[in-house]
Amino acid sequence: MARQMKSVDAVMVGVGWTAGILSRELTKAGLSVVGLERGEFRNTDPDFLTPGMHDELSYAIRYKLFQDASRETVTFRNNSKETALPNRQFGSFIPGDGLGGSGVHWNGMNWRFLEWDFETRSRSIARYGAAVLGEDCTSQDWGVTYAELEPYYDRFEYLCGISGKAGNLKGKKIPGGNVFEGPRSREYPNPPMTTSYSNEMYRKAALELGFHPFTQPTANNSQPYKNNEGIQMGGCAYCGFCERFGCEMLAKASLQTTLWPLLEAEPKFELRTNSRVMRVELDSSKKKAIGVTYLDAAGNEVFQPAELVFLTAFSLNNVHLMLLSGIGTPYDPATGTGVIGRNYTYQTGTGGTVFFDDKHFNTFMGSGALGGALDNFNGDNFDHSGMDFIGGGVMQQSTTGARPIQYHPVPKGTPRWGAAWKAAVAKYYNSSFTMNAQGGVQAYRGNYLDLDPTYRDQFGQPLLRMTFDWGKHEHKASEFIAGKYRQIAAAMGAKDAIINSLAPHYSIVPYQSTHNTGGAIMGTDPKTSAVNTYMQTWDVSNVFAVGANAFPQNAGYNPTGTVGALTYRTAEAIVKRYLKAPGPLA
Amino acid sequence: MADSVSRKGFVSLIGSAGIAAAVTQAPETAVAAVTPAAPAAHHPASPHAMPAAPLGSEPEAYAFFNDDEAAFVEAAVERLIPGDHLSPSAKELGVALYIDQQLAGGYGAAARMYTHGPWMPGTPQQGYQLRQTPAEAYRLGILETNAYTQKTYGKTFDKLDAAHRDDVLTGLEGGKIVFESIPSEVFFNFLYGNTVEGFFADPLYGGNRDKAGWKMIGFPGVAANYQDQIAKHNVPYRVAPVSIADVQQGKPVAAGHMLMHDMALANIKKMKEGR
Repeated sequence: MARQMKSVDAVMVGVGWTAGILSRELTKAGLSVVGLERGEFRNTDPDFLTPGMHDELSYAIRYKLFQDASRETVTFRNNSKETALPNRQFGSFIPGDGLGGSGVHWNGMNWRFLEWDFETRSRSIARYGAAVLGEDCTSQDWGVTYAELEPYYDRFEYLCGISGKAGNLKGKKIPGGNVFEGPRSREYPNPPMTTSYSNEMYRKAALELGFHPFTQPTANNSQPYKNNEGIQMGGCAYCGFCERFGCEMLAKASLQTTLWPLLEAEPKFELRTNSRVMRVELDSSKKKAIGVTYLDAAGNEVFQPAELVFLTAFSLNNVHLMLLSGIGTPYDPATGTGVIGRNYTYQTGTGGTVFFDDKHFNTFMGSGALGGALDNFNGDNFDHSGMDFIGGGVMQQSTTGARPIQYHPVPKGTPRWGAAWKAAVAKYYNSSFTMNAQGGVQAYRGNYLDLDPTYRDQFGQPLLRMTFDWGKHEHKASEFIAGKYRQIAAAMGAKDAIINSLAPHYSIVPYQSTHNTGGAIMGTDPKTSAVNTYMQTWDVSNVFAVGANAFPQNAGYNPTGTVGALTYRTAEAIVKRYLKAPGPLA
Repeated sequence: MADSVSRKGFVSLIGSAGIAAAVTQAPETAVAAVTPAAPAAHHPASPHAMPAAPLGSEPEAYAFFNDDEAAFVEAAVERLIPGDHLSPSAKELGVALYIDQQLAGGYGAAARMYTHGPWMPGTPQQGYQLRQTPAEAYRLGILETNAYTQKTYGKTFDKLDAAHRDDVLTGLEGGKIVFESIPSEVFFNFLYGNTVEGFFADPLYGGNRDKAGWKMIGFPGVAANYQDQIAKHNVPYRVAPVSIADVQQGKPVAAGHMLMHDMALANIKKMKEGR
């Protein structure tokens, strides 16, 4: 018999960025909130302090801050004719674990999606005709526009202290910023970061080629910053340990650095770590949730009754919980009906490494998001006529800090080991750098998530099954962007350049991106979406699935900024409308 | 086991010539002067800092490998990353000991891998689908490689000369030497990947002795505040690298390599005071 806890107004399943924002807004409105986090408690002091944090092996290679595959993972196949097999160790993506979730180990690349991204389907058809999408492409409009989201983007950026320079202030284009971005209501809260040598070489080459480079926006603060919640953050030390690490300096925005001091002191908020939610419990009508059942640290079942349930875990885990709990109709690719698991998408990576004989870059310095970028070939910022694909990606040259187990590149033709390999590693470690474009991924009928029929997790529940491969749009956009990178490499005078476009098939083995999106997508039609634009499930109106699972397809950017904006919009709708009249918000 | 690596053996092997070579690698701009790091008392967040006894004074021993396996791994990593004017070899840097300690612990036991069946061969895109843990893969791979070299050369791998060892490693790498238990290239990839790890990981894990892997490439180890350095374009920043043990034990670090810890604690104090 599950132990029963005292009922609360709202329960959060997973405590990272989205739970932090919602908990802050709902407790301010007087609600009692319990946050259930499967992982451990973590805070800057003492968990992220150096020297221990600057341990590449433990954090970056052995995944200290990440989901433990021995407990839960996914199964994977490229298409539904194959048998899905377990992802036995994380590689392609590495979801976070513990307080703060993936928002602890992220690089801090914080973007707004383009106006086009929210209206992908209708704008593509209007400009290029219906045939451009292809029969199997199920990309769709979000049901919310950039203009509607702008105030919430702004709020999230001022929570984090994003460092950058506007390229479009209320419609006025500003050189040096990203002139392709949608209109901003005001400037960034902090100035851009100090650029590195490679950032400047990239900028110069891009300008020579007629592109529009800019210093990319970052959640690594360029200076100490007091955020819009009154929390004092630090300035970035450019130490080069962001990606896969926690930040010692309070400079990389995370739940811990932006909101945790408030939640920690908030009597209406309670955090329970080592608490793994097994399912959302529904009443007999299956239209209303009554709470969640979780396993506590000792492995005992506990029932937490709640008026509102927020799935605030990593995107894949939100979809998994909806399937395990029977919320909504699972997607069936054979008929194209059902919605839970539909439109699972991801992120492409195109780019590589450039090598120089006479230059020195101190590649170990930097920050997760320090870099030059250009958006000329993202979204619909260029004319795709006759190209038979839509979308593109943000072309970055980031100085994220080169830790040597992961970064020791050698030019083409170098042996993989032995004296010649070693000589090349010694020569090029500080005389090379990487360039990478994060590309959008369109949704296709055959790419989806469901429950695996065979494999189970440590707790006896079916694993989530991922069926996914690249489609036409990803392959063609990647080839196109690789060509642009080759131009830039030549303009920079690189001695050698290794530029890669997508392999024929998506592989779950090498690290690519932890931008797993879709699977419980937003929209205006319950037949083609799992949640409305407030991320409220169509079928159970007191359950919200909050996160990148709601993206109908993925844009050519990191997702966090958009997740933050959507979450603030949801919080506002709940406080202003739902609490007065509980029920569907759309 | 005549060939086994000990800290003493390592020092005598590279001697002063090896150290001199490593130092001349650093360009003229290297910061030569050293200042003592703040004593442990100035690092209140590290109350458990070790006493000053050097870590290397403890005896070192293989925990996982038997004598044959230790001899094999030492002989293999010495060819994957050989010694030369750039650095001592991976063997001399303790990489075999690093691999041994990894295999003796959670990594070797696949502690964070999903290890439930059914076991089926998959596509390359589906990744590792073998039953063997990393520790088991080593044990089988070493046995099968030695069986191959016994058959082909009449001796175990560790007794082969350098050229023949390279031939065998190349045969494993390309899957040309066929094993019964696991694909030979899978075994090679474990060995290769772990060798690179041991060469570049913090010395606390047993490899990268004297931080020689970091000295070779110019990686400073535990980072400093580079706010004023990032804008110095095309100017090498070279300091004697700093390990986690160096900081915990309050050892001297290069002047100008401003460790972040005190600044971080000051930031944390400001955050708390601001509320």
